[in-house]
Amino acid sequence: MSNESETRLVLDLKDLTAGYLPGVNILNHCSVSVREGELIGIIGPNGAGKSTLLKAIFGQVKVRGGEILLNGEDITGLKANKLVARGVGYVPQNNNIFPTLSIQENLEMGIFQKPKAFAERLDFVVSIFGELGSRLKQRAGSLSGGERQMVAMSRALMMEPHVLLLDEPSAGLSPVRQDEAFIRVSEINKAGVTIVMVEQNARRCLQICDRGYVLDQGKDAYTGTGRELLHDPKVISLYLGTLGEDAA
Amino acid sequence: MDWGFIFSNTASWLLAPETIAYAIATVGLAVHFGYGGLLNFGQAGFMALGAYGYAISILTFHLPWWAGILVGMAAAVVFAFILGLPTLRLRADYLAIVTIAAAEVVRLLFNSTIWESVTGSANGLGGYHESFDAANPIPPGTYGFGPFQFNANDWWMRIFGLAVLAVALVVVWLLMRSPWGRVVKGVREDEDAVRALGKNVFSVKMQVLVLGGVLGSLGGVVLALPSAVVPGVYLPSLTFFLWTILLLGGAATIMGPVLGSLTFWLIMAFLSVLLPAMSSAGLLPFMTTVQAGIVRFIIVGAALMLIVVFRPQGFLGNKKELTFNAR
Amino acid sequence: MPANTANIKTTGLHVDVMGPGCKKVDPIIVADNVTRAYGGLKAVDVDHLEVPRGAITALIGPNGAGKTTFFNLITGFDRPDSGKWSFNGTPLTGMSAFKVARLGQVRTFQLTKALGMLSVLENMKLGAQNQKGENFFVGLAPALWRKQDDEIEEKAMSLLAKFKLDGKKDDYAASLSGGQRKLLEMARALMSDPTLIMLDEPMAGVNPALTQSLLEHILDLKREGMSVLFVEHDMQMVRHIADWVVVMAQGKVVAEGPPDIVMKDTAVIDAYLGSHLDTDLGIVTGRVTEEETHS
Repeated sequence: MSNESETRLVLDLKDLTAGYLPGVNILNHCSVSVREGELIGIIGPNGAGKSTLLKAIFGQVKVRGGEILLNGEDITGLKANKLVARGVGYVPQNNNIFPTLSIQENLEMGIFQKPKAFAERLDFVVSIFGELGSRLKQRAGSLSGGERQMVAMSRALMMEPHVLLLDEPSAGLSPVRQDEAFIRVSEINKAGVTIVMVEQNARRCLQICDRGYVLDQGKDAYTGTGRELLHDPKVISLYLGTLGEDAA
Repeated sequence: MDWGFIFSNTASWLLAPETIAYAIATVGLAVHFGYGGLLNFGQAGFMALGAYGYAISILTFHLPWWAGILVGMAAAVVFAFILGLPTLRLRADYLAIVTIAAAEVVRLLFNSTIWESVTGSANGLGGYHESFDAANPIPPGTYGFGPFQFNANDWWMRIFGLAVLAVALVVVWLLMRSPWGRVVKGVREDEDAVRALGKNVFSVKMQVLVLGGVLGSLGGVVLALPSAVVPGVYLPSLTFFLWTILLLGGAATIMGPVLGSLTFWLIMAFLSVLLPAMSSAGLLPFMTTVQAGIVRFIIVGAALMLIVVFRPQGFLGNKKELTFNAR
Repeated sequence: MPANTANIKTTGLHVDVMGPGCKKVDPIIVADNVTRAYGGLKAVDVDHLEVPRGAITALIGPNGAGKTTFFNLITGFDRPDSGKWSFNGTPLTGMSAFKVARLGQVRTFQLTKALGMLSVLENMKLGAQNQKGENFFVGLAPALWRKQDDEIEEKAMSLLAKFKLDGKKDDYAASLSGGQRKLLEMARALMSDPTLIMLDEPMAGVNPALTQSLLEHILDLKREGMSVLFVEHDMQMVRHIADWVVVMAQGKVVAEGPPDIVMKDTAVIDAYLGSHLDTDLGIVTGRVTEEETHS
């Protein structure tokens, strides 16, 4: 763990307010800070604004107040292609691959701004997602849910992002695939990518993240290290539930 | 420019048979699309069946006027079944395509010379008013004031038309607040969810198609009452005028079709007198008087596009119902 | 702190040897040779399956195993290529979905189908069956259906109160959160007093803290005599309330039995549960040490 006061802020969301419909704000003065190399988990109930937070960073929802700083630069409202060029990668929850294209073509789409770097990045991606290496020509639409997740994440990794935004990477996956997804996210983070991960599977998310935020009604209600939140009685009663404790 | 003439001519359209007839037919369309979510692009066909059913019953089969109306309604029911049976189990687009074609087939059949002796082919039918006029309770004479001066038969026709419109509005209002209306609203939104609750979705959609179609045929009857039945009236453009009226007034509302029809006809009437007058007065040097008279149709088309883009809920519709769809 | 363990699991559900396709003492659904293929790919290939009455059965398995397709087949939302099945002794093969629902076999959907443009109360009232007012002609005369509608409203309100949605009765269903919509769909399914309720991923997208109360609701269903069949990925939920577990993979039933036995089956673990089910991933990924997890 690096000395917190010296590690710089990669992403700084200050007092963010945003929403889709006029007059209805999903995010209400939400503040989240992400330091270099961290794995940040964002959990919270439905409608709390978790996905909206990522969409706000990526310029896909109207920001009505506050600002978003990337390495000190204000990127609020910046278009997606400029964000990708600045090292921000984004994996949405749904519709995150091109089903009619092959896996290789999907990856090529991920790096279309710098096509010459394809071969090099492909090596990196296959080092993390080994299975993809032998199936590059397979049509992405024929893949299972877990496999699609891998392709979607790989696509985002092709541009060598500095910070990766993941929207519920475990959604809809069976338990074994969920665990694989979380383990891989951890590996990507260890390889040097700062990650902000929104998750519905709060327990697993907090088990692997460095720090976490609990969003509720558009505001950052609780924050702490992953372990702190995992054992916080308030967080457990409001967000985690006690079922998982039966198992141990 | 004679403004007095322009305004009084326009005002008289408040009570015109076309205004009333289009309102009734649009109530039918509101049932189809506004409440039921069915895309019917053949309402002109239902109107034609109502009008011809009425006229032919009287002229060829010598039935009284009220029986003619019932025949028109029955024809609409049959037509609805013909349209619905093959298409209602499929995607909404299929009904849309089939209705455009079917309405044109109906028109062309009435237009053809095959059954000329009964249908009058391109000339249409006339002279069937005796039976209806005989039932007129108002003594002969001219009544009314200002732009609304009509003789007894004209008043009888208008009052009857308004009564039909009123009954249509009450029937639709009662139905939409009933459990039946609830099922219809559910079907419009998600058929599978409603099926999972034990409702016979196909049957409900068919009932909606029939109800809206019967209202369309009544609109056709009211259109035919004062004058003649001519196939050239029941073109696809008639269907699209009805759609304009529907969207203008508010698709899933009771009073929307009425407000829409009034607005539509008042504007059409206004422009039909204003533009040629302006042209004659030399105010529109770039078009002839005849062209000026036709420009209003272009304006209606453009208005329809603008409504769909900027205010799809029309005058009376609920914006909330539409914003949820966007998600 | 362990969750409420006052729930008594039902045992003794099977006859003879436990295993895929085994007979049940009192089955509510008996299915034979049900197959469904999509373009050469066999989505469902079930030789024999019996679902026990009065118990909570979980249907688990990897994505693409055929669980939702099987659901769709036996509820009439899809046509099988072959097979026959019965519900409560009544043969259902080829019966359309709405008729199946009327027999007392009600289902919910993976992607919640709360009718967004209807109010919460209207959604609930739609769930009631045998409504006179749903007839076109009767609907025209309020006097004929008003009384029954009021009774239905009373029932709806009491159910909504149980699910804590009564305060939102006049709100558009679309304005509810995802979890609330799941609750609404479940409450709505109960309006018809079904015999068998089939839930397709009832916990998907629901706040974990809300899961507890949802499970209590499902246990209530069993207490009231209903049979429950649900598809889920949440193993904690399955372990907590399921009396019986059916595991599907690649369209076939590969294992059956009480949860604790099935979930220890190696084949099931490899293909579906994963070996880290009860371990802390922080340890697995090397982020924390054993001691740190117990602080």
